[in-house]
Amino acid sequence: MTRPMTMAEKIIAAAAGVDEVRPGDIHTVEVDQLMSNDGTTHLTIDMYQKQLKNPHIADVSKLVWIVDHNVPCDSPKTAASHKKMRDFAKENGITFYEGQGVCHQIMMENHVRPGELIFGADSHTCAYGALGAFGTGVGCTDYLYAMVTGKSWVLVPETLKFNLHGKLREGVYARDLILTIIGQIGANGANYKAMEFGGEGLKTLNMSDRICICNLCVEAGAKTALMEADEVALAYLKEHGREPKHVFTSDEDAEYAQVYEIDLGSIEPIVAKPHFVDNVVPATECLGVKIDEAFAGSCNNGRIEDLRVVADILKGRKVHPLVRFLIVPASNAVYQQALQEGLMDIFMEAGAIVMNANCSVCWGSCQGVIGEEEVLISTGTRNFKGRAGHPDSFVYLASAATVAASAVAGCITTADRL
Amino acid sequence: MDQFTGTVWILGDDIDTDIIIPTEYLALKTVDDMKPYAFSPLRPELAGLIKPGDMIVAGKNFGCGSSREQAPEIIKALGVSCVIAKSFARIFFRNAINNGLLLIENDQIQKAVHEGDLLTVHTNQYLEHDGQKYPIESLPDNLLDILNAGGLVKAMRKLNGLD
Amino acid sequence: MAQTFIEKLIARNIGADSVRAGNIVTVNVDWVMIHDIFIPFAAAKFEEMGFTKLWDPDRVVLINDHLVPASQTDDTRHLRVGNEFAEKYGMTHVHRSDGICHQLMTEAGYVKPGDVVFGTDSHTTTYGCVGAFSTGIGYTEMASILGTGKLWVKVPETIRVKITGKLAPNVTSKDIILTLIGDLGADGATYKALEFVGDTVEDMSIASRMTIANMAIEAGAKCALFRADEKTAEYCQIPLTEKELSLYGDEDAVYCRTIEYRAEDFVPVLACPSQVDKIRPAKELQDIAIDQVFIGSCTNGRLEDLMAAAEILKGKKVAPFVKLIVTPASRKIYQEAAANGTLQILAEAGAMITHPACGLCCGRTGGILTDGERIVATNNRNFLGRMGTNKVEIYLASPKTAAASAVAGKIVCT
Repeated sequence: MTRPMTMAEKIIAAAAGVDEVRPGDIHTVEVDQLMSNDGTTHLTIDMYQKQLKNPHIADVSKLVWIVDHNVPCDSPKTAASHKKMRDFAKENGITFYEGQGVCHQIMMENHVRPGELIFGADSHTCAYGALGAFGTGVGCTDYLYAMVTGKSWVLVPETLKFNLHGKLREGVYARDLILTIIGQIGANGANYKAMEFGGEGLKTLNMSDRICICNLCVEAGAKTALMEADEVALAYLKEHGREPKHVFTSDEDAEYAQVYEIDLGSIEPIVAKPHFVDNVVPATECLGVKIDEAFAGSCNNGRIEDLRVVADILKGRKVHPLVRFLIVPASNAVYQQALQEGLMDIFMEAGAIVMNANCSVCWGSCQGVIGEEEVLISTGTRNFKGRAGHPDSFVYLASAATVAASAVAGCITTADRL
Repeated sequence: MDQFTGTVWILGDDIDTDIIIPTEYLALKTVDDMKPYAFSPLRPELAGLIKPGDMIVAGKNFGCGSSREQAPEIIKALGVSCVIAKSFARIFFRNAINNGLLLIENDQIQKAVHEGDLLTVHTNQYLEHDGQKYPIESLPDNLLDILNAGGLVKAMRKLNGLD
Repeated sequence: MAQTFIEKLIARNIGADSVRAGNIVTVNVDWVMIHDIFIPFAAAKFEEMGFTKLWDPDRVVLINDHLVPASQTDDTRHLRVGNEFAEKYGMTHVHRSDGICHQLMTEAGYVKPGDVVFGTDSHTTTYGCVGAFSTGIGYTEMASILGTGKLWVKVPETIRVKITGKLAPNVTSKDIILTLIGDLGADGATYKALEFVGDTVEDMSIASRMTIANMAIEAGAKCALFRADEKTAEYCQIPLTEKELSLYGDEDAVYCRTIEYRAEDFVPVLACPSQVDKIRPAKELQDIAIDQVFIGSCTNGRLEDLMAAAEILKGKKVAPFVKLIVTPASRKIYQEAAANGTLQILAEAGAMITHPACGLCCGRTGGILTDGERIVATNNRNFLGRMGTNKVEIYLASPKTAAASAVAGKIVCT
């Protein structure tokens, strides 16, 4: 009889080929998938080509490379790093996407399976926990090692458990929930730890909500985020034509570093103020803050469910004339769905700027960057100083609803105040 | 100035406005900020080599392309005293006059002059190089008025009773 | 007395019986267009000149298109200066994200046949598609017009281009204008008006005429002119009266050159790197591998262009490792293309569809390339370094050739 384990422990044990693991153990694991995007892949390739004696790829079928950060390309420099990535992928037969959406959304739509251990050369890889997979962000050295050997080492994390109860009130979103949690535990509250979400309240959240929650856990420092692959997750998987690798559930008596009980009904619209994600306040405390730009999109809130919320608010209204409202679907599939549902027409009619599926201003290097002293309200993942453009600019994070309502008002407001 | 002499830089035909100043740099704050990128797609080093009083000798259709007025402004800001070309694109021509950059049409000098040579301009009369004279035409009156006023801004200030 | 189109138009504008090519006259300006790249400069010059009000705020149109969305942090300064200028001087016509200036100036109902229009952009020649005299100027001259409503022009000589017959299905008006630029040379029409006549031109949509008028500047032309007809009237939402109909070039007017083409002789062509007048038939360029395709711009980002591309891309995929970027020319076009399923087809094929704006054509963002890469693009310029480094090869083509090349991953002749 092995010790009771959490989901995170079980996935690592399986990947390490051992019966049981404990927090603090270091194990060599077999990695199931290796995602990398144009943020760093060119560096990985440089190391691969220049620093290895016998460069080879252990299992090319595990690699997924995605160009999503500067798309379409904004400079010869980024074009050169894209080209390097494209040429390498072509030469080595690596699964390759370019301009088809944000990497994490593409991974959720096309690749992630419950029970897998996935490395991504991007911090928001923890999003994959929404499908019961252990996703974690790594740097390009770790990535390269796993790419060449198929293996890596992991330190088994302690797990924080979040039991969700009840359901979110009308006009309150998963985004508000996760910002509340990050505010509560702080930007380093889950350092090195896994954040696991459960409880009957989880059943009330759809896949888009779940991805949003897991995605943002890295902003509390988490190594990974996990949710049990229940019928909602399995239905999503089936819809996208995949089968689980293995559905792990935490044992009843598994050990948690801490357990939090969260009443979903008590959550209210939240805004994370500049320049930290845990600098959260009720949205009502920011009412009237003048904005120059609004952004609905990113791996956090660029899904069809988010776009529907935005469309509901924009329908029959106009974006404030002095606000640039960028709406950016998280993937080409989301874009097409939005087209079919007539959402694009609503966005266009309202005066929004609709871009191709990509990271856009969440990444803040080329598309919709903000200038000196400008204010952005965003569904993006981060509000660090200078993240969206000029070093002296300000980013507020909020739900798609709050962002859309603010875009209409020209200042921060909530949807029910329009 | 009845006559002036300068060192020649040679450029070819169809020097377009994107060569003179690429769009990438058009949102920089001032012409002086843009100046180092002049001619960068063609000769990245050129902007740093041009000295005040130098001249540009080019082929046909100089300044073709966009309406960006930074093109003549930058050439003027580099200190270039005049551009001599076989022909000029029309928007560039107007922009140059409006900014007081002298343009001279001549299609013979290109055969004679080499980069680094000295060339003398006798205003509205002829070019002189290596003992040879190359006649040039004077500008029409309405343009001379703008040039004599010191450019279009000054002409308009006068109109508004400011200078 | 026989007159050319431009002579009649300018004479009417200044209230004279006639003018002659070569005359220098001062025209009354009907519309001006300023875009986001140049508004800070025009605004500064305007105030430096000592003006305190616009000659007519309702005749001034400000359009943000080069910097939408902003790609560099300084870009937003241009947008802010534009907003401040518009507010200070009581401008009502401001488009902050509605599409490319040259598309909007006619589409949004500003320019009508016979108007005299100046814009701070070389492709202002576009409005000749509805029989207006429009041309690009610098921002200093723009500032002087903002204060006075007037500008001096030299009445241009006219090159008359007559095209008769029916175009082959794989040939578009883009192939016509590229061929003409090749024949004339990049400076072949410098200081001149290009007047287009013949049944081929009459059969063309306004959108197709726009493509031709737009690129007239690439032969150096001061303007391009098409006589207004029922299509023009419908597009401009005006009745077709004697006022519009009387503007055309007399057969026996003095033309500095007349060029005649048979529509049947046109074939798909491309402008090769890095001159717009380096024209070769697509047939001779087949099999040149490409990395990217761009469909958009004020030259070819209209509904008929997107639909032509969609017809070719329907049920197909963009070639592996090749990118297709589609940038519709206006918000209205985007909505129409969304409504009729065109965008769906393009997205299914793998295209990246961006917000209506200048995009890659102005070379600031929207698909910049690097050394050794090659693009087929539907826009108007392939100058060295325009879309990235000076080792990028830009081929200009029609939307049909561009779409077919995207599928094949190499230049093809449709």
